[in-house]
Amino acid sequence: MDITAAKYIGAGLAMTGLIGAGAGLGILFGNYLQASIRNPSAAAGERVWLFLGMALAESMGIFGFVMGFIILFVKV
Amino acid sequence: MAAIEPMEQFMVHKLVDWKPIPVAGVGSIDLSITNSVLFMFIAAGLITVFFLAAAKRAVVPGRLQAVAEMLYGMVDGSLTGAIIGERSRPYLPFVFTLFLLIATLNIVGLAPGGFTVTSQLAVTATLAAMTFIIVLAVGFTRNGLGFFKLFWPSGVHWSMGLFLMLIEFISFSVRPLTLAMRLFGNMLGGHVVTYMFASFVIGLGLFGLQGGLASLGLVGSAVSFFMIVALLALEFVVAFLQAFVFAALTCVYLNEVVNLDRGH
Repeated sequence: MDITAAKYIGAGLAMTGLIGAGAGLGILFGNYLQASIRNPSAAAGERVWLFLGMALAESMGIFGFVMGFIILFVKV
Repeated sequence: MAAIEPMEQFMVHKLVDWKPIPVAGVGSIDLSITNSVLFMFIAAGLITVFFLAAAKRAVVPGRLQAVAEMLYGMVDGSLTGAIIGERSRPYLPFVFTLFLLIATLNIVGLAPGGFTVTSQLAVTATLAAMTFIIVLAVGFTRNGLGFFKLFWPSGVHWSMGLFLMLIEFISFSVRPLTLAMRLFGNMLGGHVVTYMFASFVIGLGLFGLQGGLASLGLVGSAVSFFMIVALLALEFVVAFLQAFVFAALTCVYLNEVVNLDRGH
């Protein structure tokens, strides 16, 4: 297979990792919203953990994205 | 017909060409004014002019001063004050500058003919590296070698703790990378998608002008046009949101090292 074609296919496959990141972020924020509507006064206290969790969950998607870029653009 | 080049809008080209200055030890530094540098100047100039005009000390604030006070209140209230707590005051200028700079750079890039400086990985990597170095500096200055207590999970067996410490260390070291990539990816992706829909407007429109069944192309062109409107609205939200997320994560990382003794 042509190396450029393989690169494009590889980059596309690497992007499927973002499915998990999207699902994880949705679960995280959904739980935060659900809990903050039940107990609005406690919601502000947990906001630090919300951002921390968002950063960690999104990092997984970003790793996949970076791998896609590496596959696509690094000259072998 | 001009080719459809989605990546051409991100090319950095020189506007004023200056000779590279040789610096001992680093080689030569090229200080030419590029379009990227020009838009950084524009953003910095806008922020400076806004605050020079708004920083009156009226007890009853005028409109401009009220906006400036709202911005300050938001950063102090929801960012440093809420996340870092009582010891947040020294870090407020840095977080405020970071937030305003990223928000202005993002928004200026959305204007017609504007260049998005934060869609350059070099720029976002610099901002992320600054944040990381400041977090390390604050951590070591405040805690000395006790900084490494950050990585030790509390209340576990020592074998488990060593394994978790390795994971925590890797997760910590990767933070500047994720900070840079998050902002870069959001800005790049937003502008590339907008460009693609714009190319659909023109492409489908030209195709639809051929008449007959191809007139459906005009419908597609109109749909793409409204998609661009919706996308740009989303891009404005994303511009502010990404600036807020960058500043918030900076505050979270600072909180971990600043409040290490109190349990972050």
